[in-house]
Amino acid sequence: MEIDPFIFRLSIFILSIFIGYYVVWSVTPSLHTPLMSVTNAISSVIIVGAIIAALAGSSDNIFEISSFFGFLAIILAAVNIFGGFLVTQRMLQMYKKKKNIKK
Amino acid sequence: MISANLSAIFYLISGILFILALRGLSSPDTSRQGNYFGIAGMIIAIAVTFLSIGNFSTSIVYIFLFLIIGGAIGAFIAFKIPMTAMPELVAGFHSLVGLAAVFVAIAAFLNPQAFNLGLIGDIKLASLIEMSIGAAVGAITFSGSIIAFLKLRGIMSGSPIIFMGQHYLNLILGITIFVLIFYLCKSQSNSLFWTIIIVSFLIGILLIIPIGGADMPVVISMLNSYSGWAAAGIGFTLENTALIITGALVGSSGAILSYIMCKAMNRSFVSVILGGFGADNSSEDKKDKKDQKPVKSGNAEDAAFLMKNASSVIIVPGYGMAVAQAQHALREMVDKLKKNDIKVTYAIHPVAGRMPGHMNVLLAEANVPYDEVFELEDINNDFANTDVAFVIGANDVTNPVAKTDPKSPIFGMPVLDVEKCKSVLFVKRSLSSGYAGVDNELFYRDNTLMLFADAKKMTEEIVKHLED
Repeated sequence: MEIDPFIFRLSIFILSIFIGYYVVWSVTPSLHTPLMSVTNAISSVIIVGAIIAALAGSSDNIFEISSFFGFLAIILAAVNIFGGFLVTQRMLQMYKKKKNIKK
Repeated sequence: MISANLSAIFYLISGILFILALRGLSSPDTSRQGNYFGIAGMIIAIAVTFLSIGNFSTSIVYIFLFLIIGGAIGAFIAFKIPMTAMPELVAGFHSLVGLAAVFVAIAAFLNPQAFNLGLIGDIKLASLIEMSIGAAVGAITFSGSIIAFLKLRGIMSGSPIIFMGQHYLNLILGITIFVLIFYLCKSQSNSLFWTIIIVSFLIGILLIIPIGGADMPVVISMLNSYSGWAAAGIGFTLENTALIITGALVGSSGAILSYIMCKAMNRSFVSVILGGFGADNSSEDKKDKKDQKPVKSGNAEDAAFLMKNASSVIIVPGYGMAVAQAQHALREMVDKLKKNDIKVTYAIHPVAGRMPGHMNVLLAEANVPYDEVFELEDINNDFANTDVAFVIGANDVTNPVAKTDPKSPIFGMPVLDVEKCKSVLFVKRSLSSGYAGVDNELFYRDNTLMLFADAKKMTEEIVKHLED
């Protein structure tokens, strides 16, 4: 009997939860705020769904209802991607060691 | 156009890069590199999506246009936002992820052919369940984050909003969602799908309004987790590995942070969700105590004198420091102290601030080296050998009552043992209690000197006196 591809996706999902569990426990508490902003940015990878939806309306009318929601989602996800990664970068840039400051 | 198998492998690569991005955060040294991994993963995912569709009609122009518009807004916010406002920003961003998940689910529902999910009115059962769960969790994340944003921003009062039968209402609405999904699977009706989304919006609002300001670190972490689960739900719908991996990572990350925050407050997750904390009116009998007990108060000169003659000082910052924007003045003060060969370190409680790690970012912004900043468990033993503890903007996290009085609502919460220092300087505007609504016993200790003032002004004055 063939295994439903859903089971494979479920396996990936559950294994990723375990990876997430161990990786996040190893994050130093002083970086918990950047952790939140970067997880925010990466969860915006949902933009791939938005792009598929937006391109699906093959007609020239971008306001066709389903692709329209795709376009809206692209804007939202783009705000998040750029905002999330940049603000994380800005924060991480501030973390300095003692020596670096004394020079 | 690239094959589905090839694009699946690229999605896997981008998923791995996201794992590495989080892995990088295990130390500040590797964190910047980690962030680049994250960006690379995102670029790969987006590029592969375009290539796998290969349909470069005119609408691709619009996609780039919207990408740039959204990106510009995001970049603008990222550069402009003050570090003190990070909690609001993160809550706001969570709401966007949630709403994007809802929109993608709607798009998939209205045009299932585009995603290979079947035909309109005849969507595959599994996909239908996945997209309704994704949409529901996304909607809860959206409206919940909006409420959290409004509370953090101060537009909405931070005090809990409680009414009769609140929890039953939430329970009923939660069950309603499942019933609706069940009927949606049978009928594939549009109106049912919209109803699910609307009810979920409502749940999100109802879930967050009873939670008070002090529990915000838990709420933000929890919403972080939800946004991950929403993304994972959509990932299952779209059969996209990158989304599934990311959703699982973000979901577990948020869950762990919520757990850490709950533990740092000695509260159970359930009690936080049920809300109402901080609305206690137990302050009545405490008021009498305030009148009876003597409080020593001093001015900047006294504080400067005490610290000048100390050999070690531990700074305990809290949310009040963020509100007063005192972190730069604080850093100046510490520089002065260090010039006099005084050992200065910082002690941070896990729930100091309004989100996990908030104080660390603020100190980093003020150029405080991260190796001078210590977490509770690493520094708590040092208080006994320290001359002066300088508490600025923190309150409940220093309250010795948590160790001594089993009746106190914060009993059992891990606190910083500041009272073990030879003397404690406590910068605060008044004797009012903190978010937990508990009077701080520390105020009345013999070795405590209260400095009643705005945190920033007081610190600046101390700096002046240190110069003399």
